[in-house]
Amino acid sequence: MPKELHELTAHEIRDAVRTRKISAVEVAECFFRRIGEVDEKVKAYVDVWRQYGLAQARSVDDRLAKGKEMGLLAGVPIGIKDVLCTRQGYTTCCSRILCGYRSPFDATVVQRLEAADAVFLGKLNMDEFAMGSSTENSSVQVTRNPWNLKCVPGGSSGGSAAAVSADECAIALGSDTGGSIRQPAALCGCVGMKPTYGRVSRYGLVAFASSLDQVGPLTKDVEDLATVMNVMCGRDPRDSTSADIPVPDFTKSLRSDVSDITIGLPKEYYTDALNNEMREKIETAIDGLKKLGAKVVEVSLPHTDYAIACYYIICTAEASANLARFDGVRYGHRSRDAKDVRDMYCMSKTEAFGREVQRRIMLGTYVLSSGYYDAYYLKAQKVRSLIRRDFLEAFQKCDVIIGPTSPTAAFQIGEKTSDPLEMYLSDIYTISVNLATIPGLSIPCGLTRRGLPAGMQIMGKPFDEETMIRVAYTYEKNCGIDMGRPPIV
Amino acid sequence: MEYEAVIGLEVHVELNTKSKVFCGCTTRFDAPPNTNVCPVCLGMPGVLPVMNRAVVEATVAVGLALNCTVSKWSKMDRKNYFYPDLAKDYQISQYDLPLCHGGWLEIEADGRAKCIGITRAHIEEDTARNVHTIGAGESGVDFNRSGVPLLEIVSEPHIRGAQEAFDYLTMLKRILEYLDVSDCNMEEGSLRAEANISVRPKGSTTFGTKTEVKNVASFSGTQKAIEFEVARQIQVLEAGGKIVQETRGWDADRGITVTQRSKESAHDYRYFPEPDLVPIAVSDEWVERIRASMPELPKARFDRFRGQYGLSAYDAGVLTSSRAMADYFEKVVSAGAPAKQAGNWIMGDLQALLTEAKCASVESCKITPADLASMIALIENATISGKIAKDLLVDMFKSGKPPKTLVEEKGWVQISDRGALETLAREVIAANPEPVAAYKAGKKQTFGFLVGQMMKATKGKGNPKLINEILADELARGDVKGS
Repeated sequence: MPKELHELTAHEIRDAVRTRKISAVEVAECFFRRIGEVDEKVKAYVDVWRQYGLAQARSVDDRLAKGKEMGLLAGVPIGIKDVLCTRQGYTTCCSRILCGYRSPFDATVVQRLEAADAVFLGKLNMDEFAMGSSTENSSVQVTRNPWNLKCVPGGSSGGSAAAVSADECAIALGSDTGGSIRQPAALCGCVGMKPTYGRVSRYGLVAFASSLDQVGPLTKDVEDLATVMNVMCGRDPRDSTSADIPVPDFTKSLRSDVSDITIGLPKEYYTDALNNEMREKIETAIDGLKKLGAKVVEVSLPHTDYAIACYYIICTAEASANLARFDGVRYGHRSRDAKDVRDMYCMSKTEAFGREVQRRIMLGTYVLSSGYYDAYYLKAQKVRSLIRRDFLEAFQKCDVIIGPTSPTAAFQIGEKTSDPLEMYLSDIYTISVNLATIPGLSIPCGLTRRGLPAGMQIMGKPFDEETMIRVAYTYEKNCGIDMGRPPIV
Repeated sequence: MEYEAVIGLEVHVELNTKSKVFCGCTTRFDAPPNTNVCPVCLGMPGVLPVMNRAVVEATVAVGLALNCTVSKWSKMDRKNYFYPDLAKDYQISQYDLPLCHGGWLEIEADGRAKCIGITRAHIEEDTARNVHTIGAGESGVDFNRSGVPLLEIVSEPHIRGAQEAFDYLTMLKRILEYLDVSDCNMEEGSLRAEANISVRPKGSTTFGTKTEVKNVASFSGTQKAIEFEVARQIQVLEAGGKIVQETRGWDADRGITVTQRSKESAHDYRYFPEPDLVPIAVSDEWVERIRASMPELPKARFDRFRGQYGLSAYDAGVLTSSRAMADYFEKVVSAGAPAKQAGNWIMGDLQALLTEAKCASVESCKITPADLASMIALIENATISGKIAKDLLVDMFKSGKPPKTLVEEKGWVQISDRGALETLAREVIAANPEPVAAYKAGKKQTFGFLVGQMMKATKGKGNPKLINEILADELARGDVKGS
């Protein structure tokens, strides 16, 4: 049976549009229809750009009709996490403090996608300011996991993962500070990549923790991932932390070959903390790669245990400064009841920031305070260097490191909201990657007995996304388990 | 008891780079509110700063001029506090690794050279400006100044009095102007000074409790504020009291300092490294390129002026007080004027004209150095008298015309015709028998009166040297005749 349009991958859509088998407008209309049908249940979108998206699609068709050469994402329908600035629609980070805020500029990644002839469908739900692992911290709505509507999609890019999984877009943009692309990708059964820090411009990404944040894609398969990475990556003069390192053609890494690859398995990841079912899935996947010729070695990342503590000091410290600007002076929510400037600050922030955001601002303010700085922030920076060194040493022995993306499959909505620490542990396998600034990729590796996706994480050397893409592609083509489609379909 | 003042100065200088420190907006200050702004200097969500290379270069140049060590590796930090004029509610500044540190500035104190230590010179961004005059109960913020590059220059507590502080500021400003890195205009706020002041018994080596004095709008204001604050502190100590560590504001109208903020309510700025900017790496090669592009600095130029032109210390000091004036002087000299005369005309009549016309710099003066040199040549070759030259200079200043043209237009050519002057001398002697008699009786002062009469008769155009000579001769001849 031929696939429905919305089930196609991005490169299938792109090829069909370029060869004029279908029009970009047909594609866009199909996806807007799909959003109309399922988003009531999934609640992935916070803003749908029907008019804008259709106008972009018409423009693609017009230019095709004139015989113009089209970009790598010609007619590909894309959803954008609400943490990225867009001139179209609103940019709220799903926070009440930015309710109604319109950005005067487009994020660099958004510009690059548009220049590659993508079609934008709208903005996607997220944990407020990307702080959370379940998207339950959104001030707008709770997104549901398309595989089980009672479960969370993960977070903070939960809207992005759910939208890709439920065929509400072909590709979604997310952001990842401690696992916010990879963990929801794993929980929703899609492919997600956090590129090396500096690979993608952060200009227009509303900052949560500047030294950890990175924009990345969520896709239906590895080929789509390589395609969109070709468009997103590269030096941006507006972001001094973006690396001046040449961007390879990632689609050249779409080869089924791991015969020259050594996979490192960190012993610290395969402990009792890992749920048995997840462990089985990963082990099966590793066996598959071994059969294809990959070598496997055990590696050690001795400072793994300190990653979560280290992360929550650094990310909250940076967040406390990054979120200071939401003060009601120039934009965003301003309390109506404030009597003086101090009141205006306190009341605006108290009224409009959610609990988790307030918790992190206070924590970050505390760890930077005089008398505590050395014990917390400075110590955490030292630990961070050790964690990075762990990885660089491990990569002396292997080309990629493989482990679980998340310790469990999707959990139930409300299950962890009362216990922030329990929620923080959802990111135990992803956080170190951000601290080490290395790239990490999550790829589906089967379904649990309860029918929920499991994700495998492939970690690479700095700026070696190519090898990760090759390993992921090889796995997907040769050992990928047909998970079927989410029941929402 | 005899006390000694211990003073350190913190100077903020707005750099005159074309664009702001972290975005492409212009640094011009005279535009309507909130017109020289962009998402970056407004602190909109999602923006990132990018370091302006010219700011680093200007800072390195100042550091070199102040004999500082330039850090090969430094970084920016965030200084966190809430205020409506602070777009991001943190200021990007430098905390523990300033770009320049450990230098000194030479001033003259009691006729002797003294080095004031420079602790550091670092980069930061200026804040916006709160405006409280827009209407009842409302305040506005003008972000044009937000993100203008600032250089903070901190001195060691080596300054011992208000005069030394004034001299330090004067010398520092002179260096900044020579480097052309700032407009250094205190009234417009492009240069701001704060003083850390304490006193201690003379001979003591420990520091007293300090106060920080802010809100001073001029160098002389700084001097007065320090004088007041030092006297106040001595008075408190003499009365058996204690100095409270606090920030005090200078009230220029009342001529006193008043408490602004005590140490207890001081901010905890929660400094931490700015993650949006990469560290600033300055290679030796870059430093040398900057050094090579620096102009001759005031002290070196002063020394050279004394040696090369044989100028007095005073003249060399005045002529090197600004780069423009020193350049002007050297252009006049290289156009052929003798150094001493060139200096005298520039420091005297020309400076007076500039001051009267409220003209800030000799650069904008209509008299070209070549014209001034040719005017001096006209005096030297006796075409005009020095007295006429004073009027000529005024006309040149107003019209910008070359001196020769003006001299011809006005018929100011000096009378050097010996025969004509001799005739005139005889007439003057004949017409003034009493002063002549007095002169002959030994009252030599009357000679000047007679010269004046000659000048009057020639409408100032008589060659003074010849007049003196001829008049003396004629008077002497009369003696011979009469005897």
